Amino acid sequence: MPESKPEKQKGPIGRFLAASPDSIGKTLFVAVGVCLVASMVVSSVAVSLRPTQEVNQLKDKQVNILQVAGVYDPEVDVAEAFSSFEPHVLELETGKFTDKFDVNTFDDIAAADDPSTSVELTEDPAGIGRKATYRTIYLLHNEDGTLDKAILPLHGYGLWSTLYGYIAVEEDGNEIYGLQFYSHAETPGLGAEVDNPRWKAQWNGKRLKDEDGNLAISVSKNAPPQGEDYHIDALAGATLTTVGVDNLVRFWMGEEGYTPFLQNLKTGGI
Amino acid sequence: MAQTYRKMLIDPMVDNNPITLQVLGICSALAVTSSLKVSFVMAVAVIFVTGFSSMFISMIRSQIPGSIRIIVQMVIIASLVIMVDQILKAYAYEISKTLSVFVGLIITNCIVMGRAEAFAMKNPPIASFVDGVGNGLGYGLILMMVAVIREVLGSGTFFGLTLMETVNNGGWYVPNGMLLLPPSAFFIIGLIIWAFRAWKPEQVEEREYKIQTVEAH
Repeated sequence: MPESKPEKQKGPIGRFLAASPDSIGKTLFVAVGVCLVASMVVSSVAVSLRPTQEVNQLKDKQVNILQVAGVYDPEVDVAEAFSSFEPHVLELETGKFTDKFDVNTFDDIAAADDPSTSVELTEDPAGIGRKATYRTIYLLHNEDGTLDKAILPLHGYGLWSTLYGYIAVEEDGNEIYGLQFYSHAETPGLGAEVDNPRWKAQWNGKRLKDEDGNLAISVSKNAPPQGEDYHIDALAGATLTTVGVDNLVRFWMGEEGYTPFLQNLKTGGI
Repeated sequence: MAQTYRKMLIDPMVDNNPITLQVLGICSALAVTSSLKVSFVMAVAVIFVTGFSSMFISMIRSQIPGSIRIIVQMVIIASLVIMVDQILKAYAYEISKTLSVFVGLIITNCIVMGRAEAFAMKNPPIASFVDGVGNGLGYGLILMMVAVIREVLGSGTFFGLTLMETVNNGGWYVPNGMLLLPPSAFFIIGLIIWAFRAWKPEQVEEREYKIQTVEAH
């Protein structure tokens, strides 16, 4: 930052600094100078801290998977607890796992943009634009080796932001164990109540599809005709976030989303 | 000089507190004070931003053209706030998620701009830094006072440690849910302002109107 020098040394810089700050040249100089310095400081901080931030985000994602599966214990090391989850890359259309990609390097976010692994949606209730045709999902097994839960990623647009989260489905492919969002920017106190433990607790034990196999789960003020077993109460004061969550859950649990996979779970084809 | 620096640091805490006397920075004081940990981080962030923004602005104060001084101040303040936000995301991820937009909103906290415009534009860098830190401390002090009341009575905890076991967890304490909602901070800040002014009557502002008696005809 330039500081005004004593009067005696009057080089070109000294003269410039001594000039009235209200001249046009000075105004432009200060404006450009401050912006340059500020942008360099901000971008160097952002770039140098990015690796640490990414580690945090990864850990946060793993904690969220542990939480949605109900096995999170703050005492246990996250990476260690997470190792009991079995990641798979799922082909949405067939509902089968694929070994086309290495599960450890498969990047869900990049895959959603890549035309070879995603499709553009014409009907897009969740507001996501493109849908990846492959997704990383996680399986959790019981101690005797039978399947306990499947953790499926889902996302969609709320009021201000895309909500990213996980849903944990029981081994029958129909009963929900829990739902949790790990990233969103909804209004604190209203839409951000999707993080409220009491609201999230409602998901436990709810069912996705009725006896006829129709998608019945609904996030709304009033229960769907199939009854309370398929109903998650709306968030008070957050109608648009509620509609967003309803749309994204129904989209990902529907034919376009995980239905083939859930069918396979039910029939034991996994 | 040491004496005046001390005074500059202490003065904004009681006698010239930015929240209770100047009634600035209320928005974030309402939003973040439901837990002590978050309030503490917020207070530290504001102290950092007010201190350094005042210092940097004071360093270039003789060069800042009057016509663009506000925007120059904003650029400096905003850069510091972004730095704080990035640092929190890297080293205090959980807290940064709770604070979410409120760290960004330090930019619009009137205390920071108020000190830049009222003090740093006319005083040398070190004095401006001390003044900024003092005002940040004054803000932080009220923030912590509000947060103690809200967290202890609202969730029965103190800095996350359980003081009173709540009914939900099988204890005896029925938490006061209202204290977890932002409006409760209004009442508490109001009561604090009242207490401060009862203690120091010279802080009471003069009325802008006079009650006059009109004789009936």
